[in-house]
Amino acid sequence: MSDVKYSEEHEWIRVEGDVAVIGITDHAQEQLGDVVFIDLPAVGTAVEKGGDAAVVESVKAASDVYAPLTGEIVEVNSALEDDPAKVNADAEGDGWFVKIKIADTSELEGLMDADAYKAFVEAQS
Amino acid sequence: MNTQTSQENTPDGVKRTPLYDLHVDRGGKLVPFAGYSMPIQFPAGIMAEHGHTRSQAGLFDVSHMGQAWLRAPSGVAALMERLVPGEIQRLGVGRMRYTQLLNADGGIIDDLMVTKFEDGNGTEELFIVVNGACKDGDFAHIERELSGDAEFELWPERALIALQGPKAAEALASLIPGVEDMTFMSARKTAYEGHDVIVSRCGYTGEDGYEISIDGSAVTNLAQHLLDLPGVQPIGLGARDSLRLEAGLCLYGNDIDETTSPVEANLVWSIGKRRREEGGFPGAGRVLKELSDGPARVLVGLAPEGRAPARHGAAIQSTEGEDIGIVTSGGFGPTYEGPVAMGYVRAAHAGVGGEVNLIVRGKELPAKIAPLPFVPHNYYRAPKN
Repeated sequence: MSDVKYSEEHEWIRVEGDVAVIGITDHAQEQLGDVVFIDLPAVGTAVEKGGDAAVVESVKAASDVYAPLTGEIVEVNSALEDDPAKVNADAEGDGWFVKIKIADTSELEGLMDADAYKAFVEAQS
Repeated sequence: MNTQTSQENTPDGVKRTPLYDLHVDRGGKLVPFAGYSMPIQFPAGIMAEHGHTRSQAGLFDVSHMGQAWLRAPSGVAALMERLVPGEIQRLGVGRMRYTQLLNADGGIIDDLMVTKFEDGNGTEELFIVVNGACKDGDFAHIERELSGDAEFELWPERALIALQGPKAAEALASLIPGVEDMTFMSARKTAYEGHDVIVSRCGYTGEDGYEISIDGSAVTNLAQHLLDLPGVQPIGLGARDSLRLEAGLCLYGNDIDETTSPVEANLVWSIGKRRREEGGFPGAGRVLKELSDGPARVLVGLAPEGRAPARHGAAIQSTEGEDIGIVTSGGFGPTYEGPVAMGYVRAAHAGVGGEVNLIVRGKELPAKIAPLPFVPHNYYRAPKN
């Protein structure tokens, strides 16, 4: 079973070998409302932890998605181009955004596990 | 006896409308808007609420808007015409007009609805509805400009709800019989369960529908009865904005403000023919000059290619990369099934079909100048005899 971590920016990170699959949490999609467009980075882009990785446009507003890890974009979920509503329907599955080749595994240590993220969300509301 | 008014203050300074408890009960997500705590959406979500209003009937709380009366011993319409470019003198009793309060430079202080009624003695009186965020300034302006000539009475205890969509007439007529025969942009004084109401056939969605003014103490009862009817659902501010944008209707503060004239804002249709000939309203010099020579910039529809929306503030460039304007409203049109926007461009670039670029996150997003509205209006037309 793969290990899923969470960031304070409401992203989930599933580590598969030296690659991290990244998306926004179910809580985040609920807050955003109906997603209508996702601006994904190009494959090959170098991203830095905390830097811009993607933009989610909901009916309400545009929201930045920050890279939770430093690395290189090795794959993007191009199915979201035609069907951005996948993010609302299955944020933590089919609605994944990008895969990043992890540059520094020590960055994973600062992320939350599922229980800590749940507590984090409850403390925010 | 409930004496709550639409002006109720809360400790945090954000006011609540009389429908606040109903919004909470229905699961509304409340946000501060125009000084009030208002629902941006209900559990159905903006897309579903938008679609529901276009196909059935949506109920909106617009009690944050300002309601007032203007009265004078005689000639109240001529007095109002000192402030707006709309034809008010020849407006029929029970008819309403969309117009704008203009400043001395022809800029728009606010847009508003003016309805003509008669009091018990047959003297004309005007019922005025203005935007919530502008109401204090509007009312001070009207009082200052017309003091001594007209009596201006605020109506803060009144709530206002809108019922919009193709099922609105059937729904409202089941509670207030006769409203189904009202013509578009007409209004009547009537009653519901002993409370006097003003029903106006108008709205801000492009659909058929009504706005209903009723005392704040009675609005929850009326709203609850409407929501109990089949096909009526509560709608939040999010869908209100996407509906009006698809309908090509201006949002004050975004698409129109004190710098934009009604000619630039494509509101020439709302300026009375006689008023264009006679002038006599604030900023008439600029407005009449723009009517004869054409404005330097004009509000247009913008249809971005693809799915990415361009939002308020995005620059508009020609295909040669020259700055030619700015997006004033933009988002996703659920019925249009694509991104929609409005913005000002230099007049030379305003032709429908023209290609422009919208600058979104530093990148060029190709778009075409589009005819407005994006979604055809579906206003009620009385059957011809």
